Amino acid sequence: MITLNNVTKTYSLSKPGEYTAVHDVTVELPARQITVFKGPSGSGKTSLLTLIGCMVRPTSGRIHLHGMAEQFPFQKDESAPLEITGLPERFLTTIRRTTFGFIFQQCNLITGISVLENVMLPAYTTGERLSKVRERALLLLEQFAVVRHAHRRVDLLSGGEAQRVAIARALINNPTILIADEPTAHLDSKLSHEFMEIVFRLKQEGKTVLIASHDPIVTDSVQRDRVVELRDGVICEQGSNR
Amino acid sequence: MILRPATLALLLISLVVTGFSLTAAFHAMGIYERWDPTSGSEDQLDLEKKTSLISSIISYLFPLELLSLALFLFTAEELHPLFTGAMCAAGTLAVNAFGYPALLLKVVNALCAGVWLIINHLDTRAYDSPLIRLKYLFLTLMIPLLLLECFLLFSYFSGVKPDVITSCCGSLFSHDSPTLSGDLTSLPAGLMQAVFFTSMVLTTGSGIIFLRTGRHGRFFSVAAAVTFPVAIASIISFIGLYFYEMPSHHCPFCLLQKEYYYIGYGLYALLFIGAVTGISAGVINSFPPTHSLSNTVPETGSYLTRVAILCYLLFTLITVIEMTISPLRLSYF
Amino acid sequence: MITTRERHRNILDFALSSLGRRAGRNLSLLTMYCLLIFVLASLLFFVSALKREAARLLEDAPDLVVQRLVAGRQDLIPENYGAGIAAIRGVAHVEPRLWGYYFDSWNGANYTVIASDKPTVKDGIAAIGSGVARSRKIHAGELFPLRSPGTEPLLLEVGAIFPGTSDLMAADLIILTPSDFHTLFNFPQGKFTDLAVTVTNRKELPMVAAKIAALYADSRPILKSEIQRTYQSIFDWRGGMILLVLLSAVLSFIIFAWDRATGLSAEERKEIGILKSIGWDTSDVLLLKFWEGCAISLPAFLCGVIAAYCHVFFFSAPFFSPVLKGWSILYPQFQLVPVVDISQLLVLFFFTVVPYITATIIPNWRTATMDPDAAMRS
Ligand SMILES: Nc1ncnc2c1ncn2[C@@H]1O[C@H](COP(=O)(O)OP(=O)(O)O)[C@@H](O)[C@H]1O
Ligand SMILES: [Mg+2]
Repeated sequence: MITLNNVTKTYSLSKPGEYTAVHDVTVELPARQITVFKGPSGSGKTSLLTLIGCMVRPTSGRIHLHGMAEQFPFQKDESAPLEITGLPERFLTTIRRTTFGFIFQQCNLITGISVLENVMLPAYTTGERLSKVRERALLLLEQFAVVRHAHRRVDLLSGGEAQRVAIARALINNPTILIADEPTAHLDSKLSHEFMEIVFRLKQEGKTVLIASHDPIVTDSVQRDRVVELRDGVICEQGSNR
Repeated sequence: MILRPATLALLLISLVVTGFSLTAAFHAMGIYERWDPTSGSEDQLDLEKKTSLISSIISYLFPLELLSLALFLFTAEELHPLFTGAMCAAGTLAVNAFGYPALLLKVVNALCAGVWLIINHLDTRAYDSPLIRLKYLFLTLMIPLLLLECFLLFSYFSGVKPDVITSCCGSLFSHDSPTLSGDLTSLPAGLMQAVFFTSMVLTTGSGIIFLRTGRHGRFFSVAAAVTFPVAIASIISFIGLYFYEMPSHHCPFCLLQKEYYYIGYGLYALLFIGAVTGISAGVINSFPPTHSLSNTVPETGSYLTRVAILCYLLFTLITVIEMTISPLRLSYF
Repeated sequence: MITTRERHRNILDFALSSLGRRAGRNLSLLTMYCLLIFVLASLLFFVSALKREAARLLEDAPDLVVQRLVAGRQDLIPENYGAGIAAIRGVAHVEPRLWGYYFDSWNGANYTVIASDKPTVKDGIAAIGSGVARSRKIHAGELFPLRSPGTEPLLLEVGAIFPGTSDLMAADLIILTPSDFHTLFNFPQGKFTDLAVTVTNRKELPMVAAKIAALYADSRPILKSEIQRTYQSIFDWRGGMILLVLLSAVLSFIIFAWDRATGLSAEERKEIGILKSIGWDTSDVLLLKFWEGCAISLPAFLCGVIAAYCHVFFFSAPFFSPVLKGWSILYPQFQLVPVVDISQLLVLFFFTVVPYITATIIPNWRTATMDPDAAMRS
């Protein structure tokens, strides 16, 4: 479970372009569920995901990851949920690379190297043997039916294939939480439905999934468990479909 | 001015290290004023980013400072044929008044740099950077020393002219010379041997006690620090004599020559590593206990202690072996 | 610690594969770099080989040589000076020496002519260096004429030819008997070129020299150590000059590398952004750049140094010898004895590899510290 308490993120604080993208958000995000953040463009969905995903530190407020304190002994009280708000970047990175998997709006694959290498990339810095990582990457590619492209360059992939390679990359370090920001923006409706099914499968395997989107295929899909609606950085509505 | 690649390298290293340390010290003002790891303000984030950058630059540069100490000795050794009367580095350094102060300062700065690197290592491994103020305060205090070293190096090399007639180890390190080095050589060898072995026994003994019980760390550290100059004085007073197999050749530099298989570099490296690790072991042990350091401090401390003991023991072992196999026998009176 | 090692290996792995992506650009960089190292290393090898050669020559030279000056120019020294010097305390032996230069108008070469009592030469039979033999195209047992101020040229038979290919001095030698020497140059009897003085205790050399100068006001004692120092500083000076020129070359190379590296393309910037967003730390990115720098500079350094070694010691430095040695037709096959000075290599390494790696890392400092969320917003 992830809890946010009075989380605020202000960009360019006390500078000319000061802008509060996330304003006093308090929310609980249950584990092993698909939560969708819904809202128009500029409502702060991406900002909220980067805060949860240990990419950015909030200006104020607290974010806790439950059940992680043992794995990452970065605070005095090791029985309390792990607080990620006061940690310096290199420790956030340590948490992030094994806890979170990221899927971006553009697939953000690195051009010029092979599909396989792209998938392995997040594991290069964890100190794991590459041969093991390669095995796992091939397994993932097979799972997403792109294994025949493993040694091709990513430039030659179609949109749907690139998306699935990106999902495989997000899963390479076996994260518990999957974060997807506007994952269907560049996909047609068939591929978007397919994406939601993949995500549903992953949820059944025990992953917590957080998606930011304003695509109705995602926000109104049957697979999602909860919807949190944002407007101007404030939660205006949240509900579960069960 | 001697334009040799090695002297250029030395000057360059000194300039770069001093320059970056100045930048870091300037940046440190921000840390003293505004550092607050619990805050998520843009200011703090910016500060953290810059700090980690600067820390890592310095942690790349300080090893260069250590390296340049060896390079300095090496250069002094290599230049000696240029000067009338110089038979080893002792003569090269005596060419003008800046040589020996530059060497002394280089040793002090290299020791400080070593300790700083260890503090930095601990600090970056702790999630709340508990040593950040200390580490930058330390760095700021090192600035005058670094500047002075830079100045001395420049003065030394620019004042070095070939064909200068210099006095070498024969006169600098002889009983009649009215200087510190002269005084060192006239200390009775028996007394110096007693002091040397006592301090080695005290250091390694207290180190072992510290490893076993975790107590008397400070004593060990002080002992390790004191042993460093004692051992160097011992090299001048009696250890060197056994290597040279000459009863009155008190030179700490000829050991760096090929005739003695460059043994000097090994001996001084052992002493230097022993001193840095020994001092650091005490320094880090005296940090206020925080949760973030609770694992790393004992771990690193015992590692450092073991390294220090090992280095000093090896040094003593080499000394004892040399004293037994050397044909020279000193009369103690 | 295994994990740290794995991390390095993995990142190195990625660095290599990403260098492969920009093969053209990196290959040209590698070539240029290699060339630069080649030139610098050749120079270092060459100068230190020459230095050693000179030192070796001087080893056999006498500790103290006494010349006579007349009107500030070197003049022949009378025999009785030798007797006077031999009487000084501490002098073991005084050997009067006869030697000079012979200009061969036939091919424009200068030979060194030395008179010797050794049994290899007899009246009418001389020993010559390989350079002389080659330039005059003569072989052992043949006769060769030398012009003399007398009416007839001096005809000498070649008794032996020194084989030495590496010896700087031996190549241009002609050794003959004192009487042939006197005939050849019409050299006055009872006078000598200079005196070689040996002393019993080397430490007394300066003192003996001072006594000689006091005894004969027109004499000039020269210590071997002085000559050594002069040689050393001449080589240092010449080497230093060229080194300065080349240092500027290094500088321009650094600027070149810097220019390439600072113009971080948008693509590279985006790549770093992606790496950071998928869990690479700032230090990981910098490590990647470090390995990228190493992957170019280390092979270039190795190749350059090996090529330079071959250039200097197998091919006798065809690019440099005119500059440094003073070209002479006597040394077409001059070969240097390999000497490698580790400390010089280290310094070369320090001045080329370290700046290059720094130049590849530094432009990436700022990019590497960019926020990991940047990739989410592009
Ligand atoms: N680094 C930044 N500096 C200033 N403003 C920013 C920055 N990043 C995002 N914003 C602003 O924050 C607001 C929320 O952005 P975002 O979280 O991306 O919303 P969404 O993903 O819902 O479109 C936007 O108006 C955007 O301009
Ligand atoms: Mg967005």
